[in-house]
Amino acid sequence: MKIYYAPSHEYVMVDGNVGYVGISDYAQKALGNIVYVDMPEQGDDVTAGEEFGAVESVKAAEDLMSPVSGAVININEALIDNPRLLNEDPMHNWIIEVELTNPAELEELMDEEAYAAHCEAEQH
Amino acid sequence: MEEIKKTCLHDRHVAQGAQMVPFGGFDMPIQYEGIVEEHNAVRNACGVFDVSHMGEVLVTGPDAERYVGHIFTNDIREIPAGKILYGMMLNENGGTVDDLLVYKRADNDFLLVINAANIDKDVAWIMKNAEGYDVEIQNLSDDLSELAVQGPEAEAVMEQVLGIQCKELEFYTFKESMLDGHHILVSRTGYTGEDGFEIYASHEAIVALWDALMESGRAKPCGLGCRDTLRFEVGLPLYGDELADDISPVEAGLSMFVKLDKPEFIGKEVIERQKAEGTARKLVGLELADRAIPRHGYEVLNDADEVVGYVTTGYRGISVDKSIAVALVATPYAGKDNELKVRIRRKTFPARVTGKKFYKKSYKK
Repeated sequence: MKIYYAPSHEYVMVDGNVGYVGISDYAQKALGNIVYVDMPEQGDDVTAGEEFGAVESVKAAEDLMSPVSGAVININEALIDNPRLLNEDPMHNWIIEVELTNPAELEELMDEEAYAAHCEAEQH
Repeated sequence: MEEIKKTCLHDRHVAQGAQMVPFGGFDMPIQYEGIVEEHNAVRNACGVFDVSHMGEVLVTGPDAERYVGHIFTNDIREIPAGKILYGMMLNENGGTVDDLLVYKRADNDFLLVINAANIDKDVAWIMKNAEGYDVEIQNLSDDLSELAVQGPEAEAVMEQVLGIQCKELEFYTFKESMLDGHHILVSRTGYTGEDGFEIYASHEAIVALWDALMESGRAKPCGLGCRDTLRFEVGLPLYGDELADDISPVEAGLSMFVKLDKPEFIGKEVIERQKAEGTARKLVGLELADRAIPRHGYEVLNDADEVVGYVTTGYRGISVDKSIAVALVATPYAGKDNELKVRIRRKTFPARVTGKKFYKKSYKK
C-alpha cells in the first residue's frame, strides 16, 4: 500500500480504490494527549481539502482535512472509546476508510520523503 | 504590536523542551511533558509553575486602606497584616475590570496581584481612580517574578528543598523574609484547588529557587495548560473566560467576594440592584454524556435550538473523566438538572446543568 500525505498532516494509505485516512506521527506528537475523535458517519461524503471531523487534545480541537474525495465506507470505531490509539500508533489506527472517487487527486499529495521535508521545514 | 515579553525563566523553559505560547503578552510554557502528566503531578504530588507574568502593584500612603476599599469588592478594613483577600475591581456598570488578590503588608500598605493580560489596563484604572486620595501607586510587575509550588507535597518541598519554613502559614496568609540575601514573600495560595504556595521575589532569587527545585526532582515543571485544567475542575474563574469587562461577579456566581455592607466601592449600586432583582444570565456547569468536548465560545441551545448562552471554558476533565464545561446562560435555563444542548461543530449534544465545581478542592485550612 502506498502512503500519501497532505500538508495539514493527514495521510491516506491507498489500496486499489480504497483509502485509509489518518493523522501522521508528527501530528499526534504536536497535539499531545488525544482525548476525542470526531468522525463522520458511514455513507457520508468527504471532499479533498475539506474538513471531515476533528481530533481533540486536552488543550485544543484541530480540524481533520480529507486528503481525498469519496464516500466513507467505514469508520474506526475503536477510536470512539480509545482515542489514545492515535497517540500510540497513528499509522495503524486510520480514522476513516474512503472509497476514492477521484484517484487523480493523489498526485497533489506528498510522498514519505517530501512529507518528512515538509515537517522539518515546519519545525523551523 | 508590542514585543512579546519573557520571564526570567524563559531560557530554562526552552532548554527543558517546553512548548511555548503567547499568553497575556508573555511567551509562556503551555506544557513540558504533557498536560495530563503535569495535571496529575499537582493533584497527587507537587508541581511548580512559572507565574512571573502576573502583575504586582503596591499601594501605600495615608489613604491606602480607604483607596483600596474604594476599588476592591472585598472588605479589607478589619483584616490583620499578613492576610490576603480575593476579590474584584469593578467598573461603574458592575463589570469586572480584573479579579485579584490583595495582600495586606501593614496598615496602609497593600500589594495587589493582578492578571498579566490586564496589567496596563489595571494600572491605568488604579491611577485614574486615585484622584483625591493620598496614596502612592507603584507598578512592580517588571521587577518581581513569581513561582507557584502546588500539590499535596508542596509544604514538604518548600521546607526540605527550598529551606522556606511554611508549615505554620495558614490558608490565604503570607510572610516576608530573607532567603540567601534575597527578600521573598511567600503565601499559602494558588490556582489549582490543591494545597500550595506562591513565592514572589527578584528575578535572581526566583531563578535560584527554580534551579533548586529542578535539581531536586521533587517538583514537576508545569505549564499553563494544566494550570487551566486544574483551576477549571475546581470551579475557579479565569479572567477573559468567566470574568470580563461586561461580566459581573454576581453573574459569575462570585457574590461572596463582594461585600455590600461596605460604605462604598466602584460598582456597588449596580451590584446591589443585581442582587435584589437578579441578573439576566448566570454562569453554570454543564456535563455531557457524550465524549465530545465543549470549548470556549461554543453555543448553548435550548430545546427549540435557540441560542441561550455560550461556553466560557470546557474540557475533557482529567481528574474527572467526563466532558464538562462552564457556560454563561440565560437565567431561565440556569436551573440545576436543566437539559440543554451544546453545538460542537456540525452536531449538537445534550448537556445537563450542574454546579461549577467538578472536583473537590483540598486546601489545608
